[in-house]
Amino acid sequence: MLKIIALRLLQGVLVLLAIYAATFFLVAMTPGSPFSSERAIRPEILAQIEAFYGYDKPALERFWVALVNMLQGEFGPSAVYANRSVTAIIAEALPVSLHLGGMALLIALALGIPAGIVAAVRRNTWLDYVPMSAAMVGICLPSFVMGPLLALVFGITLRWLPVAGWFGPNYWILPAATLGLVYAAYFARLTRGGMLEMLNQDWVRTARAKGVPERRIIFRHCLKGGLIPAITFLGPALAGIISGSFVVETIFQVPGLGQWFVRGALNRDDFLILGLTLLFAALIVVMNLLVDIAQVALNPRLKHG
Amino acid sequence: MIAGMMISNATRFFRGALATLCCSLLVACGGPTEADRAVEEGILLIGNGSEPKGLDPQLVTGVPESQLLRALMEGLVAPDPNDDLAPAPGMAETWESNADYTVWTFNLRDAKWTNGDPVTAGDFVYSWQRILSPALGAEYAEMLYVIRGAEDFHAGRTTDFSQVGVRAIDDRTLEVTLEGPTPHFLGMLMHTSFLPVNPRAVEEHGGMTDRQSGWSTLENYVSNGPFKLKTWVTNQVIEVERNPDYWDAATVQLNGIRFFPIDNVGTEEAMFRDGRLHLTHTVSPDKIPSFRAEMPDKLRIEPYLGSYFYRINTTRPPFNDVRVRRALALAIDKQLLVDRVTQGGQAPATGFTPSGIAGYPASTAVQYNPDEARRLLAEAGYPDGRGFPSAEILINTSESHRKIAQALQAMWKDKLGIDVGIYNQEWKVYLDSQSQLNYDISRAGWIGDYVHPTSFLDIFTSGNGNNDTGWSNAAYDALIRRARVAQAEDERMQILSQAEAILLDEMPIIPIYWYTRVYLKDPRVQGWEPKLLDNHPYKYVSLRAG
Repeated sequence: MLKIIALRLLQGVLVLLAIYAATFFLVAMTPGSPFSSERAIRPEILAQIEAFYGYDKPALERFWVALVNMLQGEFGPSAVYANRSVTAIIAEALPVSLHLGGMALLIALALGIPAGIVAAVRRNTWLDYVPMSAAMVGICLPSFVMGPLLALVFGITLRWLPVAGWFGPNYWILPAATLGLVYAAYFARLTRGGMLEMLNQDWVRTARAKGVPERRIIFRHCLKGGLIPAITFLGPALAGIISGSFVVETIFQVPGLGQWFVRGALNRDDFLILGLTLLFAALIVVMNLLVDIAQVALNPRLKHG
Repeated sequence: MIAGMMISNATRFFRGALATLCCSLLVACGGPTEADRAVEEGILLIGNGSEPKGLDPQLVTGVPESQLLRALMEGLVAPDPNDDLAPAPGMAETWESNADYTVWTFNLRDAKWTNGDPVTAGDFVYSWQRILSPALGAEYAEMLYVIRGAEDFHAGRTTDFSQVGVRAIDDRTLEVTLEGPTPHFLGMLMHTSFLPVNPRAVEEHGGMTDRQSGWSTLENYVSNGPFKLKTWVTNQVIEVERNPDYWDAATVQLNGIRFFPIDNVGTEEAMFRDGRLHLTHTVSPDKIPSFRAEMPDKLRIEPYLGSYFYRINTTRPPFNDVRVRRALALAIDKQLLVDRVTQGGQAPATGFTPSGIAGYPASTAVQYNPDEARRLLAEAGYPDGRGFPSAEILINTSESHRKIAQALQAMWKDKLGIDVGIYNQEWKVYLDSQSQLNYDISRAGWIGDYVHPTSFLDIFTSGNGNNDTGWSNAAYDALIRRARVAQAEDERMQILSQAEAILLDEMPIIPIYWYTRVYLKDPRVQGWEPKLLDNHPYKYVSLRAG
C-alpha cells in the first residue's frame, strides 16, 4: 500500500512539472499580451511596463525564474489586476470553489448513489425507470442550460432562491445543484451498473438460498463491490466539477477560481494562468491518489497487484 | 420487502424535508425585493460589467473602473447631469482662461480628502506628473498631451517637470498652460486621467511611479468625491457610501451605491428581473425587441458617442485602390442593418465622428448608393465583381459582430457580386492582427474620450498608434495640426470637417453605425439623464418609491 502511494506521489510531481512547463510555453507562444488594448500605447511606455513585470527577458529565463519562485510558494503578481498577487487571488477564491465543489459533490453522491442502489434492487420497475430516465436527461443537459433553467424556475418565477451572488446559504443552493445534478446522474447510472453486477453473482444466489436477509445481502455483501465504478469515477468527477465550475461560477456570479481562470486566459495574465493551472492539476492529482487508495481498500483483488 | 421498507422510509423523509423546505421558502416568496429594500435605504444597485482592474485613476482604462471613479473621485470640473458640454464645478470653484484658451486658471475650493488632507493645487501638479512619468507606464497619459511640454516629459525627452505647463501658484490656484488654443479643455478634464490622487497616500504606499502601489486598495483608499469606498468583495460587489466631508454633501441624495461586477449578460438580466438591480450595464442585443415589447418603461436606448466601423488594410491590393474602398462603403444599406440586425436604435453612420457634438454637424458624405458602388468597382477593374480576389472580414469573437459581418457579406455579394469570407479571432489575437496590419477588412469601434471631433479624427493621422489601416495623408495631417492651433472654435470645427471630408473621400475606414447605450433602468431611479459619454454624475441621482 505504502509503495503504491509513494509511486503515485512521485508520478504526481512529474505530471505537475510537465503541466507547468507545457502551460508556460503555450502561454508564451500565444499571440497577444496582457498590456495590449483597443488603444495603442507608445512603444517606449510599453517597454517600461513590460520591464516592470519582467516580460522584457527571454522566455527561457522567465521560465526558470518563475519555476524557482513557484517552488518557494511565490506565484508572482497579476499583470492586469492592480495590487493582487496570484497567491492572494487563490487564497480568496479557492475556499469558495472548494465550498461550491464540495457541496456539488455531496449533492451528486447523496442523490446519485441511493438512486442507483434503488434502481438496481428494483430493476425494471418504475423505481428503476423514473430515476434512470431523469439521470439520462441530467447527463444530456449541459450546465449552461441547466443553470439558467433552474434560475428561471426557482429564482425568477417562484422567487424562492436568489439567481446570482454568493452572500449566504440560500445563494449556495442553485449553483451547487446545477453543478451537482449532472454528476448525480452519472453516479446513479454507475452505481446501478455496479450493484447489478454484484447482485447477479453466484454467491448472491447462494446467500439468498441460505436465507440471508435481503438487506444484509445488499448492504453487507454487495454494496462494497457495487460502489467501485462510482468511486473510480470520483476522480474524473472532481475534475469535471472543477472545470464545470467555470461555467456555473459565471452564470451564478460565484467568486471562485473559475472566473479568475477565464479572465486570466482572456487577459493573457501569465502568472495567474500558471498558478491556477498548477493548482487545479495538483487538486486532480491528489484526488486521483485518494481514489486509488479507496479502490485498493474496497477491492482486495488490487491489494497484491 | 426490506428494500421496500427502506424506500418508503426514504420517501417519507423526502416528503417531509420537501414540505419543510417549501414552507420556509414560501415565506420569502412575494415579499419586497432587494431593489425595493434598497430604494427604502437610498442605495442604488448597479450592474457594472466586470471586476475592476484597479481603482487608481491614473492606471485604469476601462468602463467599469471609470464608473466607480466617478462616484469616488472628483476632478477640477465634474460632469453636469443634463448637459454634455457644460461642466459643473468640482474641486475648482471657478475658472477662467485667457482670450485664446491657452492658459487656464482654476481657483480651488475648500475641499478635503477622506484622510483629512485639504485638496490643493499641488495635488493636481503631483497627480499629473505621476500620470506623465514614463516609469509609471500609464496607458492613458496621452490624454494630457494637450498640456504644454507634457509629451516631451512623457516620452522622456525631458525629466524636468517644471517644463510642463502646470503650476500651483498657491494652494488654491492652479495654472495650466496648453499646447494650443483648446476651448474644449474643460470637457477633457472630466476624463478619469485628469483626476487627482492624494500625494501622501501614494507616497506612503510605494511612491509616485509604483504600478503596484498599495494606496488604491480597500484599506488604504483615499478619495475626494461624493462617495467613499466602503466594501470591496472580489467578483461580488463594491459598495460606496456617502462621504459626509464632501464639499457638496447636501446635494448628494443617495446613501450609497452597490456596484455588481457581472460579466455574464444573461446573469445580469436575471438579476434585474429578480429585483436585484436598479440599472443594468447592458442587455443582450438579441433581446432588445422582446424588452421593447415586454418592458418599454424600463428599456433605455440613448445616443452614445461612439462609432462602429470597419478598417480597411490600405496596404493590400485590391484595397489600396480607393475606388474599391468606396465601392464597399457605398454598397452597404446601413438603415437596413440597424433596423433588422443591430436593432438597438443605432443611427446609420454617414461619417466617422458621431452626430450630437454641438458646433460640429456630422458628415453626410457616406450614403447608400449601390449604382455608384457598382460603377466604381467596374472602374477599378472588377465589373460585377468578376476577378475580385478573395478577401476576408476579421472580427473579434462575438455573435453580434458576426451577424453584422454576415449582413455586409450578403450586401456585398448582392450589390457588387463579390465574395468575402468572415473569420473571428479571440480579442487579444485580433488586436495583434489589427495592429500588425495582418487583415483585409477588420471590424472596429471607437468611443470618444471627450465631446469633441478631435477625440475621433486624431487617430487617423499618420503614424498614430490607433490608425491601424496603413493609410496616411499629408493634407489630412496638416489640417489636424492646423485645427490644434486655430484661434476661433468655429474655425477649428470648419478645419476638422475638411479633414473628415478627406478621410471619408479616401475611405481607409467604412463607417457603419453610431452607437447607442442600451440598458435596463428601474423607473424609480431619478436624475439619470442620457449622457453622450455615459458619465452620469451620481451625486444628483436619487431613488423614489412608487
